[in-house]
Amino acid sequence: MSETSLYRVQTQTRASYSAGAVCIALIIVFILLPAFAGRGLIQDLFFIFTMLVLAQFWNLLAGYGGLVSVGQQAFVGMGAYAMFGGVILWGMDPVPAILLGGVAALIVAIPTAFFAFRLQGAYFAIGTWVIAEVMRLLVAQWKVLGGGTGTSLPRTATREMWATEWIQTTFDVRSAAARDILTYWLALALVIMTIAGIYWLLRTKRGLALAAVRDNVEAAKSVGVDAVRMKWLVYLVSAAGTGLTGALIYVQKVRISPDAAFSVTDWTAYVIFIVVIGGIGTIEGPILGVLIFFILQSLLADYGSWYLMVLGLIGIAVMLFAPRGLWGLISEKTGLQLFPVRRRLVVNAQSKTED
Amino acid sequence: MSILSLKNVSKSFGALTVTDDVSFDVEPGQALGIIGPNGAGKSTLFNLITGNLMSDAGTIHFDGADVTHVPPMQRCLSGIGRSFQIPQPFDHLTVFENLLVAATHGQGKSEHEVEQECARILEQTEMADVANDPAGGLRLLQRKRLELARAMATNPKLLLLDEIAGGLTDAECTALIETIKGLHTSGVTIIWIEHVLHALTSVVERLLVLDFGKVIGLGDPDEIMNSREVKEIYLGIEV
Ligand SMILES: Nc1ncnc2c1ncn2[C@@H]1O[C@H](COP(=O)(O)OP(=O)(O)O)[C@@H](O)[C@H]1O
Ligand SMILES: [Mg+2]
Repeated sequence: MSETSLYRVQTQTRASYSAGAVCIALIIVFILLPAFAGRGLIQDLFFIFTMLVLAQFWNLLAGYGGLVSVGQQAFVGMGAYAMFGGVILWGMDPVPAILLGGVAALIVAIPTAFFAFRLQGAYFAIGTWVIAEVMRLLVAQWKVLGGGTGTSLPRTATREMWATEWIQTTFDVRSAAARDILTYWLALALVIMTIAGIYWLLRTKRGLALAAVRDNVEAAKSVGVDAVRMKWLVYLVSAAGTGLTGALIYVQKVRISPDAAFSVTDWTAYVIFIVVIGGIGTIEGPILGVLIFFILQSLLADYGSWYLMVLGLIGIAVMLFAPRGLWGLISEKTGLQLFPVRRRLVVNAQSKTED
Repeated sequence: MSILSLKNVSKSFGALTVTDDVSFDVEPGQALGIIGPNGAGKSTLFNLITGNLMSDAGTIHFDGADVTHVPPMQRCLSGIGRSFQIPQPFDHLTVFENLLVAATHGQGKSEHEVEQECARILEQTEMADVANDPAGGLRLLQRKRLELARAMATNPKLLLLDEIAGGLTDAECTALIETIKGLHTSGVTIIWIEHVLHALTSVVERLLVLDFGKVIGLGDPDEIMNSREVKEIYLGIEV
């Protein structure tokens, strides 16, 4: 083009460059961490990473897609059981069997979506929960995988798991600790891929479409947005991601039961708490949320049902006084955006002086 | 050949017939005005043309194709752009991003390809100064302008405008008329529902009158405005 454009579009902020640099530094530290850190810290970080992935996918579904699901435990459970099936029935190594978890969750998500998408708002939420309960009951009938009481991964499978021998010799640890390190690295990889993937999606024109559908479906359709396709996209992507995470969680836990793997408290209620207190509809929100959740859990875990009540009260307080979560408050006050998705139209300084 | 053709189109909400056996044609490049009292079914007619509502009976042809059962998103892609009477902005997106969605998805192009075009539309509709503001925070007037700007961003062959001149000052109204005239001269076919009659008649070359869902007049604006039916109807609203 010969004429110089008057405007240009800016998507990066200065904070986002620093955030990028901090991210890369953090990733390097996290990769090397098992060489220095004890097993307790590695396990805590595994918990934080996997909860963060679940939270990012629920946020994609509810915060961007407007699909408020309370049935994500369906995909955690199906993913975990598919991994167990791969190991116990087909003799697969648990690590590649994790992929089976993602595929299985994707496969069950397709028919359930046809059902759930007929429901709106609160009915959609209840529908997803019912689907998860039905799956829990079905899996409890699966006798080879322990039926209602559950089962464990065979010892041979966990001991000979992919890469654990190398970790054992390199870090001079026992087999159980080596498995923790391996699952920790896998969780780290999953967090990075999830956040990078969602960030990428939001910065494409599909991300714009997603926001448009969330804000106003009729208007979105009238400007050419395929609203139905966007719903399918986020539903299937978050189902597959949640299934992978479920499988990974249970490679680390080793023992599975239908009640635990399809727990609405562990895999959906906590996840919603994380997203809501952190800030729905942002990538930063769940990151902040999972840290707060972890601290609360460490402080209050000994208090049993009081713990759940305190979580509930905090959740309600945040919803009332900071509906966009704590990250919402912070970014409102400071204008800070670590993962900016805004397209800012700015006047080209050069062409302005030419005028 | 006409660009838009409605044949015996009807729509009811329960027992209420809101569009009653409507037939009319619009030629390419023409500007058609639609008038009629509140509740006559004007906005519903737009929703039927865009596919936001599906008709109960009749056929709608656009640009040589039968679009009667085509969903709104495809109708937009084939060239029908619209504004909503009650503005429907994407609240959490900025004004510029509202246009970007419309341009990228409505024209099937990449963001990069449409950036400058969106910026130009913002200037043309005098919204460049609020380009980076969230659309949810706009005042009513700016919301109406955004409706026009966003519809323009889909690069329509047929542009449907639903009461966008109400509440404007004289200067703003003149600017709006200039923008619409500009689109008209560039070859865009326009259908404009408007109560501000002087604005409407300064642009359109044909006028359609709707009352209780029925077409009760269609033709030259001057003749229509002087017909007895229209005077009867408009005595009620104008005074
Ligand atoms: N979705 C709907 N459901 C039920 N009634 C509707 C709906 N949309 C419009 N109506 C009714 O249809 C009639 C025509 O409405 P509308 O097309 O908005 O009229 P106009 O734009 O001419 O003022 C009104 O009586 C209105 O209440
Ligand atoms: Mg109307």
